[in-house]
Amino acid sequence: MTTVTNMPLSDLLKSFKLKTKQQELLIRVSILCLVYILAFITRLFSVLRYESMIHEFDPYFNYRTTLYLTQNGFYDFWNWFDYESWYPLGRIVGGTLYPGLMVTAVLIYRILHFLRFAVHIREVCVLTAPFFASNTTLVAYFFGKEIWDTGAGLVAAILIAICPGYISRSVAGSYDNEGVAIFALLFTFYLFVKAVNTGSLAWSLASAFGYFYMVSAWGGYVFIINLIPLYVLVLLITGRYSMRLYVAYNCMYVLGMLLAMQIRFVGFQHVQSGEHMAAMGVFFLMQVFYFLDWVKHMLSDTKLFQAFLRITVTCAVVVGTIALGLGMLSGYISPWTGRFYSLLDPTYAKDHIPIIASVSEHQPTAWSSFMFDYHILLFLFPAGLYFCFKRLSDATIFIVMYGLTSMYFAGVMVRLILVATPAVCLISAIAVSATVKNLTVLLRSKNKGVLTGSTKGSSSSRASSKALLDQSQPFQKNGAIALLFGAFYLLSKYATHCTWVTSEAYSSPSIVLAARGAHGNRVIFDDYREAYFWLRQNTPVDAKVMSWWDYGYQITAMGNRTVIVDNNTWNNTHIATVGRALSSYEDEAIEIMRSLDVDYVLVVFGGVTGYSSDDINKFLWMVRIGGGVFPVIKEPDYLVNGEYRVDKGAAPKMLNCLMYKLCYYRFGEMLTEYGKPPGYDRARGVEIGNKDIKLEHLEEAFTTSNWIVRIYKVKPPNNRW
Amino acid sequence: MAREKSSKDNAQALFNSLRSAYAVTPVNLKIIDLYVGFAVFTALIQVVYMATVGSFPFNSFLSGVLSCVGTAVLAVCLRIQVNKENKEFKDLPPERAFADFVLCNLVLHLVIMNFLG
Repeated sequence: MTTVTNMPLSDLLKSFKLKTKQQELLIRVSILCLVYILAFITRLFSVLRYESMIHEFDPYFNYRTTLYLTQNGFYDFWNWFDYESWYPLGRIVGGTLYPGLMVTAVLIYRILHFLRFAVHIREVCVLTAPFFASNTTLVAYFFGKEIWDTGAGLVAAILIAICPGYISRSVAGSYDNEGVAIFALLFTFYLFVKAVNTGSLAWSLASAFGYFYMVSAWGGYVFIINLIPLYVLVLLITGRYSMRLYVAYNCMYVLGMLLAMQIRFVGFQHVQSGEHMAAMGVFFLMQVFYFLDWVKHMLSDTKLFQAFLRITVTCAVVVGTIALGLGMLSGYISPWTGRFYSLLDPTYAKDHIPIIASVSEHQPTAWSSFMFDYHILLFLFPAGLYFCFKRLSDATIFIVMYGLTSMYFAGVMVRLILVATPAVCLISAIAVSATVKNLTVLLRSKNKGVLTGSTKGSSSSRASSKALLDQSQPFQKNGAIALLFGAFYLLSKYATHCTWVTSEAYSSPSIVLAARGAHGNRVIFDDYREAYFWLRQNTPVDAKVMSWWDYGYQITAMGNRTVIVDNNTWNNTHIATVGRALSSYEDEAIEIMRSLDVDYVLVVFGGVTGYSSDDINKFLWMVRIGGGVFPVIKEPDYLVNGEYRVDKGAAPKMLNCLMYKLCYYRFGEMLTEYGKPPGYDRARGVEIGNKDIKLEHLEEAFTTSNWIVRIYKVKPPNNRW
Repeated sequence: MAREKSSKDNAQALFNSLRSAYAVTPVNLKIIDLYVGFAVFTALIQVVYMATVGSFPFNSFLSGVLSCVGTAVLAVCLRIQVNKENKEFKDLPPERAFADFVLCNLVLHLVIMNFLG
């Protein structure tokens, strides 16, 4: 590091009698502390604006399981069979979840209680994600230091603290696996790169534990177990392999695989699933490769070695292909599952698996999303790639590969922008740090030139180059100052953009809606919680609620009632049954509902408030998913000339299906907007077609104050006489 | 005939040169090699047993095989770190290498014991 030449600061610090190294350490530590605090507080917008509550849908399941874990202990949690969801089937929760997040939250909760802070588990859950985001900035600093130098590490920490791509899934209240998983991902990668750089077994063991934490936290661990073998393969092919690589990869693979198999949800996938075979293949390849390397080292005669090489390579290739072929043909090694196969072939899900295609986070990414989530990092990323290629080492090769593969996946699925964010931040940090360093070197070179010229007698060539440098000094210095101001301007714009995005786009709890009233005052719609608490307090304890799968987790967590289907979507036929019931006429639907013992039906309706994520807008997906299993439901029946309408010109099946009736019951009398006829649907912008709805087998039980959630009770069958 | 004889000669020469090159390795490395060979042999026995009897408690089979493979791999890593000919590890004291080896083995066997079922 160059000396600190900013006069007042060094004078101040000299007054504390600190040496240069200590000054630098003080600056670094204070920057890191400030970044740590910044990463935490920038995620607190929704807690300050609304209240400390859990957001969205999936976090409610995580919250419910965490509650169960605190009340019943780990053994019961690990073996929990939940009979309150997927009504007749139940769900083996212990074996179908990733326990990392819940165990982490309960650990923090226990530590706080041990220190006599009597916090509620919900507060811990809400703030887990921001806490781990702060930890991620620290890991980013160490990773940047490993790849490039401390300057790049500091910039990486700052960039990732406020990057919207990461904030979107780790805001306070978003108690989801990704909040912890991104920390685990970056931590595992850092430990592995450290292991490759040092060749120490201890670091490899640490990276195996990091991998174990990642496997326990998120299904995206498949990315790690495929990227690291790919990286090893690239190093082997480009000839950069060394003994350190052997030690690092082998220890991490064997121990990591064993540890990962302890999670019941993952089970034996590491030896049976096609997605994990790359790691095993590279493992065996490494054994063969290094064995040959060792034999080559021992043999002095190259001709003999060539013969040996030929024999061994042919044997290995033959055995390998036979084993792989047998495994895949006999079905023992399962092929890539739909979720991951649709990453390689994005059109696969739309044709074959409508449930995966219907999730909004699984859509391909638009350019505007990239700009929104990354801002200036988008053009700093290629600049950083350039710098990485200029100084290739094991660590920079790794970060380049991580960046390129994750950017490809981020382009295929919106949700995966999150996985690409650490790579983009690190590579951009390299660009920023290297550029700023070069510019400040230019700024300071005149002073250094004068110093060395006066104190040392240099050779003639050095003197002449110094003279040249002195001649172009003013121009270069002015250019450097201008560029530095430009960099400062860009970075401050980045900070402004990130804060604005966090405040406007990513801090909404989704379960509480806000709007501006007529006088500019803020109006809060708390209908969801109103409905769930009504369910909790006014229905029998063993009541079963049928709704679309989006709301299942929230109903079980807040309403505390049994549901038919929920967000886990593990059983497509069961969801299709619900979809069929909601898209059929009332007489057919009541048969299905009686067979499932349904007591209440819950629908979400946005016609009065103009809320557009309601069930009528999602209805076509219900038809598609139901029709995928029961051919009696045909999508064209609900459309008119390929168009989806709910007004007078809508298809007759649409006007009389159960979902339409439940959403628009009594809506025909309602005046929603000044100057429009009664029954004007504000979310679709049309007057509805069927205003005179009569329900025969259901009766209205509850409608929330803004008509967003409507609950209907299934009437018992009529007496015969 | 001549081709056969020359290939047999080749194999013989290969074998002899390998043996002579191996004979000069230090004794501690040979002990580690023996340990690796023993571990791999045990793994092979387990695989043959599984092929005859079936793999019913699959977790037990996996933990058995992986413990053998794991100790073999860790022993090879130890050999690499202790070998005087590897320039990259010349600053690493052999005690530290052995301590790492013991620690990793400890973790390996603890996980195996959990996984055996």
